[in-house]
Amino acid sequence: MGSTVILFLAVFAASAVEAVEALTIVLAVGVVRGWRSTLIGVGTASLVLAAVVAALGPALKHIPISSLRLVVGALLLAFGLQWLRKAILRASGYLSQRDEAVAFERERAEAGAAARDSAAAMDWYSFTVAFKGVLLEGLEVAFIVVTFGSTQGHLGLAVVAAAAAAVVVVVVGVIVRGPLQRVPENALKYGVGVLLTSFGIFWGAEGAGVDWPGGDAAVLVVIGFVLAGSLGLTWLLRRRRVALQLSAGRA
Amino acid sequence: MSKLRAFGCFWWDFVVGDDWQVAAGVLVALAATKLLTSEGVNAWWLLPVGVVIVLAASLRRATRA
Repeated sequence: MGSTVILFLAVFAASAVEAVEALTIVLAVGVVRGWRSTLIGVGTASLVLAAVVAALGPALKHIPISSLRLVVGALLLAFGLQWLRKAILRASGYLSQRDEAVAFERERAEAGAAARDSAAAMDWYSFTVAFKGVLLEGLEVAFIVVTFGSTQGHLGLAVVAAAAAAVVVVVVGVIVRGPLQRVPENALKYGVGVLLTSFGIFWGAEGAGVDWPGGDAAVLVVIGFVLAGSLGLTWLLRRRRVALQLSAGRA
Repeated sequence: MSKLRAFGCFWWDFVVGDDWQVAAGVLVALAATKLLTSEGVNAWWLLPVGVVIVLAASLRRATRA
């Protein structure tokens, strides 16, 4: 029960973050160049993503669970550590925080500057940018849905969590009529990085033959350990950065 | 050929990302865990500790650069 709730929350949060980024791209292109071709691009990318999940999800059921957990654990670790590494660098000030308003303005300027063929029925620039934006952001979600869903045996629940997050983000985006700047995107990414890494450790170790003390409940301890380690590293990096700035100021 | 290369680069970037040593460290930690469990040692502690060390080393490289 507990791990099912965590699965839902992890997939929901990851999907929400990626949906916010995709929405920024789609809004910028749609507002500047029109909605028809943009929405066709969004729809086509959504179909491709649905096909990826529909093809990979059931196919993974045929792999023995220990091998599946080892492979999924390794992939989730490599993937989750990328998120976590970037989130820690952002939180400690070594990388700039992602700002949806800035991203929106950049996309809007590019869309406005791109050439337009007024005779063509389809605006291929809008289609391509929207398609690529949704597909690339969505591939990460599809990966998380397939790995979490198939390893836990709850692919349907993972799909529902991802779809619910996308619907919530789109509805809020339509109401706000702009990029979602108030979503605590960087904090969400930090949390998702911790969850992906923790589940990667849990399933990877199980796949390698480990018998976790306390069974499935051990995943909560792993999450706590990864969170504590990440916060500790963030604190150390922040301290070092401040010390470097102070010594640079004195010089 | 360039399209094939671009396709490979995309997936490399998608899974491995900016620091290939993170992915290599994860594989080493998993292999060591598998080796120990096959010898009868329930090495549940190895992967969590290994992952934090791999992450710390990667952050150190990134902030030095």
